[in-house]
Amino acid sequence: MSGVDDRKGIQAEFDGLLGRFRLKVSLTIPPKGITALVGPSGAGKTSLLRAIAGLTRLPGRVMMDGEVWQEGRRFVPVHQRTLGMVFQESSLLSHLSVKDNLLFGYRRASGPKTMRLAEVVPLLGLEPLIGRSTDNLSGGERQRVALGRALLSQPRLLLMDEPLSSLDAQSRDDILPFLEALHRTLSIPVLYVSHDAEEVARLADHVVTLNAGQIVGTLQPATPDPLSPLTPDQIRDLARQALEAGIKPNPSAR
Amino acid sequence: MADVIWTTLKLASLTTVLLLVLATPLAWWLARQKVWWKEIIAAVAALPIVLPPTVLGFYLLLLLAPSSPLMELLQPFGIQSLAFTFPGLLIGSMVYSLPFAVQPIRNGFEAMGDRPMEVAATLRATPLNAFFTVAVPQARRGFLTAAVLVFAHTVGEFGVVLMIGGGVPGQTEVISVKLYQLVESLQFGEAHRLAAGLLIFSFVVLLTMFLTERRARKTAP
Amino acid sequence: MKPLGVLARLSGLIAVVCALNVAPAAAATVQIAVASNFMEPAKEIAAAFSAKTGHQTNLSFGPTGQIYVQISHGAPFEVFLSADKERPQQAEKDGFSVDDTRFTYAVGRLVLYSTRPGFVDAHGKVLAREDLEHLAIADPTIAPYGLAAVESLGKLGLYDRLKPKIVQGSSIAQTFQFVQTGAAEVGFVALSQVINRPDGSRWIVPAKFHSPIDQQAVLLKTGANNPAAKAFMAFLKSPTARAIIRRYGYETP
Repeated sequence: MSGVDDRKGIQAEFDGLLGRFRLKVSLTIPPKGITALVGPSGAGKTSLLRAIAGLTRLPGRVMMDGEVWQEGRRFVPVHQRTLGMVFQESSLLSHLSVKDNLLFGYRRASGPKTMRLAEVVPLLGLEPLIGRSTDNLSGGERQRVALGRALLSQPRLLLMDEPLSSLDAQSRDDILPFLEALHRTLSIPVLYVSHDAEEVARLADHVVTLNAGQIVGTLQPATPDPLSPLTPDQIRDLARQALEAGIKPNPSAR
Repeated sequence: MADVIWTTLKLASLTTVLLLVLATPLAWWLARQKVWWKEIIAAVAALPIVLPPTVLGFYLLLLLAPSSPLMELLQPFGIQSLAFTFPGLLIGSMVYSLPFAVQPIRNGFEAMGDRPMEVAATLRATPLNAFFTVAVPQARRGFLTAAVLVFAHTVGEFGVVLMIGGGVPGQTEVISVKLYQLVESLQFGEAHRLAAGLLIFSFVVLLTMFLTERRARKTAP
Repeated sequence: MKPLGVLARLSGLIAVVCALNVAPAAAATVQIAVASNFMEPAKEIAAAFSAKTGHQTNLSFGPTGQIYVQISHGAPFEVFLSADKERPQQAEKDGFSVDDTRFTYAVGRLVLYSTRPGFVDAHGKVLAREDLEHLAIADPTIAPYGLAAVESLGKLGLYDRLKPKIVQGSSIAQTFQFVQTGAAEVGFVALSQVINRPDGSRWIVPAKFHSPIDQQAVLLKTGANNPAAKAFMAFLKSPTARAIIRRYGYETP
């Protein structure tokens, strides 16, 4: 998980139809840091995320740290791709307690465990929730549990599909500090779908803009060194530009 | 009389257990499959509701009689005929109650939606493991409803039993048939006692199941 | 068999409806409840009756027990053709019928029948076969033919031996289905059920082997003042009606 080489990170290429929608992208995600995937709704952000996870099957190719997840007829099923996913809306398993939700992936993960309950719980402030059932949790609490659950499944890639969009402003403000803490701690790549400039500014190291199923802009930090990312203000500006570019996809129209 | 009650309970319990096991994969397939023609299969599985029980029983009798294609298939295993036997009655009851098992379980699986299975897959659960640890518990109310309906339906079933059972004591003589016999032969006293017993027993079973369901609903939405 | 029955009933209905339009002024209509096993002869008798008297008939069919329950709850039947003698006797006792109108219109004959040609011999010795799997009879507690079957088995001294092999139909119609589908190799059914079937093999059980299977008719109080009802009761005893009844495999007293 250390150092940077060409084969590290995710390479994903897709070209296929989802109904009448065509997704045609070629994307590289650096092995570390948060890559924000931005664009207007209907741009194909969620579809791209699902295709990388293997939840949706699209013709293409996915490589993870040089390991094939999808290529030609080879298609590694979702449960064998060591990834974690946080869905847009609450996706806690209602028949299990908070603790059993957290441990669902942990118990099924193979290999050495680098993420442990004892670390994840304080990182996400889950101490008061751990003994409860999933009823009566607030939206923010639910997403924190879902995030913790994904982390505990020992992923090598974390996919987050607008995890804050279904939350009210208060919950969003509550959870953002946890995500920032995560950002500082985590040594795996994160692909983070959002259409909120504020979120992107606070969290993202890289920004990829998607529109109408195609990548219309990739903004890398000035230096590829993840230890010296852009300043928040720089990212905020980039994100704003990216979002606007997404909304007005035709550069000649500007 | 104890014979008749025991046969009835054995029949209803076995029908319920076996039918839940058999209906579950079918219900799962019907709930998950996206192709339109699955509804043809769904309609076929619902047909036993449409046929009058005695007519269904008549066709089952044809199927279980010695010269039927099914029995010819079973002949290498030493089975000549299943008409008028307990296993035959069990098969008949299962066919008869099939829709009552498939429909609620299918609804349970459908109400769950795709998401829990996707979540389970992203958390390393194999499809089979996810089925047992996520889909089945998520659809537990569907299973409970199916169990209640199948059990009650089998205890009360009459037309089919009458047709393929033949009222063999200890084998195929069940409460509903006995009750009919008593009423038809004008032995009302004994008929009333048996009917009362049947109603009380069924009431207790149903109430227990409904209370269980209520608790299941409380522990999780 | 089924669709034909429906068709026949339908055409009967149409005939009745058409006939209603052209019936002479003096003609009345009689409501008759008929035990299902007597459906075919009843239709033929009704047709002959209408042709002769100009009166119309409305036939309803059902299991005897069910018809009786309906009668005791105010069903508008005027004549009751039962498949037994108990229900008409009951009707008399309970005051639903006109006194002294009850009589036996047909006597059923029991027959041992199998769809397999040559299986049943002329003396019913097939019943003694060791390899016999199932013997179908009607439920003796409910159906007169069932009781007659048990009595006949007793007479043959075979009842205890065959008891484990007996399967019971709730009615003689169901018993016949047991045999017809081959689910039971052999069964005691009504002669009227097999008289038009030249296939299979049969043994007509001697009438002295069992108490008579009397089918009785009774005039119900609802029809006491209906000339058509009384005329039908009389017609049922006529040589024409008796000939029809015999043709369908019953005897007449």
